[in-house]
Amino acid sequence: MLPQVFFAYFAIVTIALSLIIITRKNPVHSVLWMLVLFFHIAGLYLFLNAEFIAAVQVILYAGAVLVLFLFVIMMLNLKEELSSERFIGEWPIGVALGLSILLFVFFSISKFIAGPSGEFTIERILKETHTKAIGKVLYTEYILPFEVASLILLIAIVGAIVLAKKRT
Amino acid sequence: MVPLEWYIALSTVIFIIGVTGFLIRRNIIIMLICIELMLNAVNLSLIAFSHYLQDLKGQILVIFVITVAAAEAAIGLAILVALYRNKAVVHTDKLTEMKG
Amino acid sequence: MDKYIFIPLLPLIGFCINIWVGKFFKEKAHWVAILAVLGSFIISVMTFVEVVQGKVINYDVYSWVISGNFKVSIGFLIDQLTAIMLIVVTSVSLLVHIYSVGYMHGDTGYYRFFSYLNLFTFSMLMLVTGNNLLQLYFGWEAVGLCSYFLIGYYFRKKSAADAGKKAFIVNRFGDFGFGLGVFMVFITLGTLHYTDIFANLSKLEGQTINILGVDIRLVTLIALLLFCGAVGKSAQIPLHVWLADAMEGPTPVSALIHAATMVTAGVFMVARFNPLYNMSDTAMAVVALTGAITSLFAATIALVQNDIKRIIAYSTVSQLGYMFLACGVGAYAAGIFHLFTHAYFKALLFLGAGSVMHAMAGQLDIQKMGGLRKYMPITFWTFLIASFSIAGIPGLAGFFSKDEILWLAYNGGTIGKIVWVIGTVVAALTAFYSFRIVFLTFFGKFRGTHEEEHHLHESPSSMTIPLLILMVGAISAGWVGIPPLLGGGNWIGHFLEPVLGHPHVHGTHAEEWMVIAISIVVAVGGIFTAAVMYLWAPSIPLFLGRTFKSIYTVLWNKYYVDELYDYTIVRPTKWLASRILVAVTDAKIIEGIVNGVPKLIAEFGERFRKLQTGFLQHYAMGMAFGLFVIVSLVFIFVKI
Repeated sequence: MLPQVFFAYFAIVTIALSLIIITRKNPVHSVLWMLVLFFHIAGLYLFLNAEFIAAVQVILYAGAVLVLFLFVIMMLNLKEELSSERFIGEWPIGVALGLSILLFVFFSISKFIAGPSGEFTIERILKETHTKAIGKVLYTEYILPFEVASLILLIAIVGAIVLAKKRT
Repeated sequence: MVPLEWYIALSTVIFIIGVTGFLIRRNIIIMLICIELMLNAVNLSLIAFSHYLQDLKGQILVIFVITVAAAEAAIGLAILVALYRNKAVVHTDKLTEMKG
Repeated sequence: MDKYIFIPLLPLIGFCINIWVGKFFKEKAHWVAILAVLGSFIISVMTFVEVVQGKVINYDVYSWVISGNFKVSIGFLIDQLTAIMLIVVTSVSLLVHIYSVGYMHGDTGYYRFFSYLNLFTFSMLMLVTGNNLLQLYFGWEAVGLCSYFLIGYYFRKKSAADAGKKAFIVNRFGDFGFGLGVFMVFITLGTLHYTDIFANLSKLEGQTINILGVDIRLVTLIALLLFCGAVGKSAQIPLHVWLADAMEGPTPVSALIHAATMVTAGVFMVARFNPLYNMSDTAMAVVALTGAITSLFAATIALVQNDIKRIIAYSTVSQLGYMFLACGVGAYAAGIFHLFTHAYFKALLFLGAGSVMHAMAGQLDIQKMGGLRKYMPITFWTFLIASFSIAGIPGLAGFFSKDEILWLAYNGGTIGKIVWVIGTVVAALTAFYSFRIVFLTFFGKFRGTHEEEHHLHESPSSMTIPLLILMVGAISAGWVGIPPLLGGGNWIGHFLEPVLGHPHVHGTHAEEWMVIAISIVVAVGGIFTAAVMYLWAPSIPLFLGRTFKSIYTVLWNKYYVDELYDYTIVRPTKWLASRILVAVTDAKIIEGIVNGVPKLIAEFGERFRKLQTGFLQHYAMGMAFGLFVIVSLVFIFVKI
């Protein structure tokens, strides 16, 4: 019973936070609510025996990405933003589209069939600790994608600098 | 024990909220935040699958998604800064130069 | 890799070098071409020696496409027939190349000319060496293409460009039939290799095919279809019209086309397929009669023409008719023998005519020449020998081959007797018109302008040396086929026997003496008549021309065949082209489509561009709608 209750709490809060995020007029508020949302999602990850991912989620998203967002928002003119319309004119169409997709996905969920189970049972992960298990897989089987990902980050850094730099 | 379907449903709802937010907001910053929201929804479902199917591939994928999300946020915000510097707007309805 | 492949390959290499970088060789471009053909000639001689010693080469060099029993391959079949052809093609081609050095000197397209000559030689060598029908067909079309290039070599001149087109289009008619013949062979026998075809020919016996309600024997049909191609390529009636116009090309090209590389292809093909033709009496009769009628027809036209090259061209048509006549009565070896000797004296005649033209600064009308004997003695003597040879004076090349044909025709049953009579008449006409050229050109007084007379000179040595070498050929080429009756062994006939067989001869020695005597008498008679009419009594031709004006006009206009084709084929085609195709199909339908489609697109674009709002969210909504469609499709179609 207890897990269901916890899940219900997290589910309700994340949904509510998501709705709040997309409706705030002030972007700063959106970003701050986003922070709360990320913590809740990290909590859900803990539920799912993914401690390492939960940590990454907090450090990377909450610590790095959101700070970046905040910096950028501070550079912009907020006064104008607060006085202008927050939704586009055709917003009912967007909402209708979103709702209809949601509806069909819900109807389709019952058709979901789980595939065959892998070898990393909860007991095994608990025994060899989650970080170690992930590390082993990441640095052996997925070493090439991992290196590619690091290159992507490098390119992103260079790209961001080039784009944001003042033209002289 | 919480069934897998619940997680899928939750992930779907967050994702759709992200989509809807992307579709209806004028402000580009909020739209970028909506993209992060969608990515988080996907991550959630991946972790849930990984847990229930007892396979670590899902979590590896989440690490890559987070990497790409960080890169995307950096680039997206850099573009936004450049855009704001040149046009002084952050609203999509002011940026219709591609109109046919 | 053995040496045989280099026989056709060397001219191809020469062509490739000259066509790409020949421009930089300037006046040295001929070296590449001549060396290539020389190499090919040397290898041909070596191969010929091997074949004489009894070797027959037959193998596939390279298989390009193998699909079921359809096999496209490059292969060589070098037997006695091919060996003779190799010698003819490479030797004449080599001499023509050397001659062209002098003749084409100073021409702007010098390297182009030599590369085309190389390509021409290559094509003909591919044609004769191939061991399958497809390679023959390749060579067949390639010589057609080269003839187009070379006849239209002076492409700035409208008549030359037109002549090139005419040669190509007229050949198309024949090649269409030839192509059908190749298809028929493949459909019925399932193979294109000569050896397999000849081994399976007996399967065709007794098969018939129904065309428009008439049962035709399959062998006859195939033989006649293939003969269609030969008619086009070897300029027989009714497709002879291109050869005379082909004179628009440079003279060495005429020599090459007439003596070695193109028109002989038809005779070669018929001889190569002699087992097929032997099976069908109808086809044989058609071949023999076509040849006989063509030779008579062309010889009569040649009587009255004044253009020196045209007369020789009609003489070629006539002599080719002779070769087909021989094939038609089963005397393939005699036909090939005549092809062999003809190559030398005809090349000599053409190159001699070219030498005359060179001296006359392009003048072609023999009525405006005369007395050239003292100005250009080498040309005169070689030309005279060639004329004696073609007229059939005993001891020279033409005599033996012509006599062999006439004797075998005489033995060839009813049709044989008919074509023998025609052949004898043609022999007389040939002697007459050949010496008409000689007397009008080299004897008497010069009838041109003073300027031209001043310009007269003997040609350079690069032109006279080939003439002298060819003269040796024109004298001695026939000695390989001296009949037993005259003390020879008819070596060439025995040599070719394994491939071409030997016709049945039942005539007596007395009859053979009679045939020989008659042919000598008509030859001498023809020469004598020409001498009377053009040396001693020039008033006779004028008198004859006035008296038989109608006949003269018909002959002068080449029996109006060109006009006939103009009215029946060219004009209706032009009418169709201008009135229907241009006015309706092109202007209305094609242009309607061509202009209509962009107009339609512009119209649609004008409407649909409204969709491009430039508003980011609208595009995003498009994507979301796509997601919606996918999800709903999953919901509807995925069943558990």
